[in-house]
Amino acid sequence: MSRALLQLQQVSKHYPGHPPVVALDQVSLDLLGGELVVLLGPSGSGKSTLLNVVGGLDRPTDGSLSFEGLRLDQADDAQLTRYRRDHVGFVFQFYNLVPSLTALENVALVTQLAGAGAMEPEEALAEVQLSHRLHHFPAQLSGGEQQRVAVARAIAKRPRVLLCDEPTGALDSHTGSRVLEVIEAANRRIGAATIVITHNSAIAAMGDRVIRLADGRVVDDQRQAARVPADQLQW
Amino acid sequence: MVGRVWQRLGRDRPLLLKGARELWQLRGQVLAIMLVVAAGVATFLMAISTYASLQATRASFYRSQHFADAFVQLTRAPERLARSLAEIPGVRVLETRVAGGGQLRIEGFDDPVRAWLVSLPERGEGQLNRLYLRQGRLPVEGGRGEVVVGEAFASAHGLRPGDPLPAIIRGRAQTLRVVGVGISPEFVYQIQAGAAFPDFKRFGVLWMRREALAEALELDQAFNHLAIALVDPERDGPAVLAELDRQLQPYGGRGAYLRADQLSHKFLSVEFDQLRALATVFPGVFLGVAAFLLHVVFGRMIAAQRETIGVLRAFGLPRRRLLLHYCGMVAAVVVLGVLPGLLGGLWLGRQLGAVYLDFYRFPALSWQLPPLAVLAAFVIALLAGMAGAWSSLRQAARIEPAEAMRPPIPPSFRRGLLERTLLRPFRSLLLRMSLRQLLQRPWKTVLTLLGIALASAVLTLGLFQTDALFYMVDRQFAYGLRNDLQVVFADARHPQVLDELRRLPGVERVIGIRYEPVRLVHHGVRRRVSLEAWSQDPAGPAALDLKRILLGDDQLGAMPSGGLVLTDALAASLAVRPGETIWVERLEGDRRQFAAPIVGLARESIGSSAYASAEWLDRALGDGPRVSAAALRLRPDADPQALYDRLEARPAVIAIGQRSAAIENFYDTMAESMDIFTRVSFGLAALIAFGVLYNTVRIAYAERERELATLRVLGLRAGEVSQLLIADLALLTVLSLPLGALTGWSMAKLLSLGLQSELYRVPAYLSPATFASATSVVLLAAVVAAIVIHRRVLRLAPLAALGSRE
Repeated sequence: MSRALLQLQQVSKHYPGHPPVVALDQVSLDLLGGELVVLLGPSGSGKSTLLNVVGGLDRPTDGSLSFEGLRLDQADDAQLTRYRRDHVGFVFQFYNLVPSLTALENVALVTQLAGAGAMEPEEALAEVQLSHRLHHFPAQLSGGEQQRVAVARAIAKRPRVLLCDEPTGALDSHTGSRVLEVIEAANRRIGAATIVITHNSAIAAMGDRVIRLADGRVVDDQRQAARVPADQLQW
Repeated sequence: MVGRVWQRLGRDRPLLLKGARELWQLRGQVLAIMLVVAAGVATFLMAISTYASLQATRASFYRSQHFADAFVQLTRAPERLARSLAEIPGVRVLETRVAGGGQLRIEGFDDPVRAWLVSLPERGEGQLNRLYLRQGRLPVEGGRGEVVVGEAFASAHGLRPGDPLPAIIRGRAQTLRVVGVGISPEFVYQIQAGAAFPDFKRFGVLWMRREALAEALELDQAFNHLAIALVDPERDGPAVLAELDRQLQPYGGRGAYLRADQLSHKFLSVEFDQLRALATVFPGVFLGVAAFLLHVVFGRMIAAQRETIGVLRAFGLPRRRLLLHYCGMVAAVVVLGVLPGLLGGLWLGRQLGAVYLDFYRFPALSWQLPPLAVLAAFVIALLAGMAGAWSSLRQAARIEPAEAMRPPIPPSFRRGLLERTLLRPFRSLLLRMSLRQLLQRPWKTVLTLLGIALASAVLTLGLFQTDALFYMVDRQFAYGLRNDLQVVFADARHPQVLDELRRLPGVERVIGIRYEPVRLVHHGVRRRVSLEAWSQDPAGPAALDLKRILLGDDQLGAMPSGGLVLTDALAASLAVRPGETIWVERLEGDRRQFAAPIVGLARESIGSSAYASAEWLDRALGDGPRVSAAALRLRPDADPQALYDRLEARPAVIAIGQRSAAIENFYDTMAESMDIFTRVSFGLAALIAFGVLYNTVRIAYAERERELATLRVLGLRAGEVSQLLIADLALLTVLSLPLGALTGWSMAKLLSLGLQSELYRVPAYLSPATFASATSVVLLAAVVAAIVIHRRVLRLAPLAALGSRE
């Protein structure tokens, strides 16, 4: 394991309302380069808010958040965009592929933005075993295939941080397991600090570390001695 | 009953609330549709109410002022003849009159001014064609020199009772005095015979007591005009006309005619009909656009509510009530548009009525709004709305309860032939996305293009009338007719008179014109025209120089020899073609009839004319060479004022027409009155263009919000993301421009067909400036839509992309 890539200190996120919603409540944690973190928690526990804050999609209300010294809590819109463009890969529950672009083009969209250092789109799709589906549009792919394209898109720029929001939420267990395998492989291959959000505690075993959230607070943060390979997970 | 409705409403309350809240959410788009519906309804009601009001106003004015049913002009008949004419069966009232032309001098206005003087009975106001006094009084009995002046002319020159009015009648100068200002059913449309457009500054109608005018016109104890009221114009008309013609033949009768052929009435009828044509074209375009917008907005709404509809169906909502619910929403939007449209239409109708009132000089506008028109506006707008939303409504009704449970399916794209060929050269992924959106949703693209094209068509149509009018005048007067002055003689005379004119200082060339009132007959169809025959200029090349006949768009011809050239509209109404022969009945003198070959057709937009060479006509009529008018070309150094003075002093000259001033006046007044129209159509077109473009891009935004947010999450800047939508918009806009030009032209063509009459053939001509204006409005609307959508993308939260929200 390497040193802390992302540091959260007393990070809180409140949404205005009557009464205001406290989505994150003084969360402090370090995220190390290359580690695979499984973030568990029931609905409303703050997992997605944490992911948004870490991914530079949202700013915390209080506390500090830094990525290799860059204060994300103080960054402006352009800096956050740059951060996401250069360092963060996202995998969404509903894949969020651009329907009018083929698998190859969906990946190319990101690699063109990332510039030097990114993989060739074909290479990224080979990583997720989709070399035979390069020119298919999302509507022509199964849910699992779409999610693997989404993973290829996320890893193609060799991000430092890979964020996966319920990546198996819309998939059956077999397909879900294949998606987790590619996420796991990508984590090893590119060494990105990876956070997988899930409701499903069976997935926890694949992580280096399991963080449990409840009511916006970290209630448990455990390192695991060994990761169970994704293909051996049972759910 | 009320209780049951209340109960029903109570039961439907949740659905009603749902509908109302959803419409409120879409308020921007709903407002755009409302405005377009309102514009359609307003233009419809404006045109219909103005049409109905003008018809009613004219009818009541004719009634109150006892407008005659039939008219005759003749050279001179003794007054005693009136008694036998009045006994013709079918004649109810017959009034003899004297009328003739003269020249007026208006202080501070140098151009020649022509007057048409009409007699009033020596006592009282007469039985027919009564004057309606706006100011002052009628001339006193035996009041020499006292005149009532037509209101349009009086206001053009600021004439008021008490003002002196120097005139030259039959070469004699005399000073008339204005005692009143009035209007007459006979001259509602004050236009000179032979002119295409009114010129209130250079032509005025004056009324004098009979004896005074007869003396000035040298028509003592005689008359040269008849106004007749018939017992039953429909039944008795033809027989009375024939008998009048028979009895008046020895007195130079020029053929009796019914009200339908009376100049002012005929022009009014044509203009009213044109108004009716406008009542269909403009509202049609607006409601078409409204239907398109409803289609787009409801299509999107129903697609987005697929799950909700599934759930409602799963809860047991019958298909019929679901359909009713969405129909109700469409109806609500339409009705919300119809109501301001009604108010706007009423207001605009009154405004337009006032404009027409100013132009036509009726005593007061009897404002009408046919209740059926209001109902029709509602029904037509609702039908258009339902038609537009129909496919979306059907889609809603087809949604099965199970749909609610299925995850959304990504919109499908394929790699078709277009994809492999057209898109190949485009490397930019963003551009590819745009092109695919357009190419793989062809119906949507075509509808959007049509929507924008309609906007540019509205503007094109707004400007079309000015274009067509200016084109007509330019062709007819600037291109076809090349003289500087036209001098009209009191009666036909020997061409020697032309030599006198040639000797006047400043005159370069003089061509004689013979006007001969004739009736053309072909296979039982009759048309009265004034045959126009131009003579050769002995001093120079053919008369082609001063008068050219428009044979085609750019083809000019000389006067025909050996027969007649008819304007194509006249030929069409007589169903005669070149090479065929037609009967010509002379309406004056010996009333001879002769056959004349048709040797060509003239493509003229104004009037119905028949042309011949003077030599041919003189031969055909057999009464020796005659001229009724002369066309003059002046030298560049000529002093027009000195020339007018010399011409006016001649008894034989009754009118002097100045071509350039008339054209300039036309351009000035038309440009002024068209200005308002142009502004309104600019505004409406801009509204539609913006409505269509904004709705299109707004819906694209709504449909692709997740996709756009994803791109933001992936690291695209807001500017890059908005570029994507703006690229779509730009592509659509650019593609719509040629289509808009084509649609505008087609609609202009359609409108020009609707505006055809014997008096005008409105050409489907559009100037490059019109196309440029239409294009710039669409581009401007696109820029505004782009700015609005860019601001929205700036506010777009990347979080919208994420599936799970806390």
